[in-house]
Amino acid sequence: MNEAPSIRLDNVTLAYRRHPAVHHLSGTFRPGSFTAIVGPNGAGKSTLLKGITGEIRVEDGRIELAGIDRRDVAYLPQASELDRSFPITVADLVATGLWRRVGAFRRIGREGRAEAEAAIAAVGLSGFEGRAIGTLSGGQMQRALFARMLVQDARLLLLDEPFTAIDAKTTADLLALVHRWHGEGRTLVAVLHDFDLVRAHIPETLLIAREPVAWGPTAEALSPDNLVRARAMHEAFMDDALACGRAA
Amino acid sequence: MSLPDLLFGPFVEFGFMRRALAGCLALALSGAPIGTFLILRRMSLMGDVMAHAILPGAAIGFLLSGFSLVAMTIGGTIAGLAVALGAGVIARATPLREDASLAAFYLVSLALGVAIVSTRGSNVDLLHVLFGNVLALDDAALYLVGGIATVTLLSVAAVYRALVVECFNPAFLRAVGGGGGIVHLLFLTLVVLNLVGGFNALGTLMVVGLIVLPAAAATFWAESIAGRIAASALLGLAASYAGLVVSYHAGLPASPSIILVAGGLYVLSILFGRFGGLVPRALRLRHLEA
Repeated sequence: MNEAPSIRLDNVTLAYRRHPAVHHLSGTFRPGSFTAIVGPNGAGKSTLLKGITGEIRVEDGRIELAGIDRRDVAYLPQASELDRSFPITVADLVATGLWRRVGAFRRIGREGRAEAEAAIAAVGLSGFEGRAIGTLSGGQMQRALFARMLVQDARLLLLDEPFTAIDAKTTADLLALVHRWHGEGRTLVAVLHDFDLVRAHIPETLLIAREPVAWGPTAEALSPDNLVRARAMHEAFMDDALACGRAA
Repeated sequence: MSLPDLLFGPFVEFGFMRRALAGCLALALSGAPIGTFLILRRMSLMGDVMAHAILPGAAIGFLLSGFSLVAMTIGGTIAGLAVALGAGVIARATPLREDASLAAFYLVSLALGVAIVSTRGSNVDLLHVLFGNVLALDDAALYLVGGIATVTLLSVAAVYRALVVECFNPAFLRAVGGGGGIVHLLFLTLVVLNLVGGFNALGTLMVVGLIVLPAAAATFWAESIAGRIAASALLGLAASYAGLVVSYHAGLPASPSIILVAGGLYVLSILFGRFGGLVPRALRLRHLEA
């Protein structure tokens, strides 16, 4: 695998109706690094991922992807963002991961089908290929989405709350997969809520509370001092906020 | 009267009934994938809105060149697309939600269309535009409906994968550079074409029925998208045929008969449908072992 991609954030501000959700954030997700993004609800964690994928426009500053085309980034959405009643089978959902290779018109072929099948087996969903996604449990759905990422074979992976509302067994299985990706030299960024899991498994952490609080090795970033500072964040936007005066 | 006479007599005896049947079958076949995707996209009411939106365009065509199929078709297509795109733009550029802006557009369109037709035509013309005249399809109208059905089925087959992914997970398609916007636009164009093709036969207000009702009923009979499209096509074909037979024997106008039969099939599907039908659920089959 060639040089892993990296993401450089240069004084990035992402906003909803001009109210910043991520405010003046600078730093780098290094090639091959594995970073947890943690912080209170409303801290801008998911917003930051969407800024990186390009789904949300950058209000100010720059987000630069190095070593990868934005379309080759794999993104795991929060479970609630997908319509689970949609009539699509597990096999077809996983096969959408082939999009960059087959596009809208080319044949998926036996090879692609075999790849999807192998991915489904790797996440422990063998036998579920023909099931509609509406019949899956939350954990099984998450496994299916991981299988799609396996098929995407991306060198930069962004995961939004991959282990939320998932039982211990599934979490352990999916964590093993994530560790394997990290070991293969891919760059990973994951939004997480479980501090214990982050401390035990993720080497680096970005702690944000709209403003960046700490970014570095997990043990240092999650120090008691930093956590207290993160908690002090105002949750609500202020209606009478003035235009931000800090240098762009 | 014997049974074959009852079922086939009208079509053996009268050319206009055969033409009506051919037109409706083409419409039903072509409407099946359109209706299925409208429902999957939660856009079934959007179909209704666009059907109304076609009216002023068709009316202007009528005003300029009388009862000309070409003029009314072109006018209707332009008006339908303009409203679909206009409502989308307003929803993105202003705080007004898309459903509200669509409602605004179609109410104005309907008023405008009726006003335009009545400046020149008679009440009969107005009724023709609103409710169609399936029993008077000429060659040109049949070619138009057949052509639209062909284009629709081929287009849907060509972009099927993109259509499904765009529908299920638009953010994913955008992320991998799949061109979701183009797919959406193509789909809207097909919706408008089908409505325009249908309004000659069934009228602007009724044509949506033949697209949406079978597709809605089909959700009770199949779990996969392809299965729903097939079921929807079968139900649409059945409604077209049975509706024409009923209208012939009962002396009812054709397009309401077709839509009423489609509505009846819809009710039957709600009651007896395999997936989520009320009766199968009430029977409470014993649960399986695993």
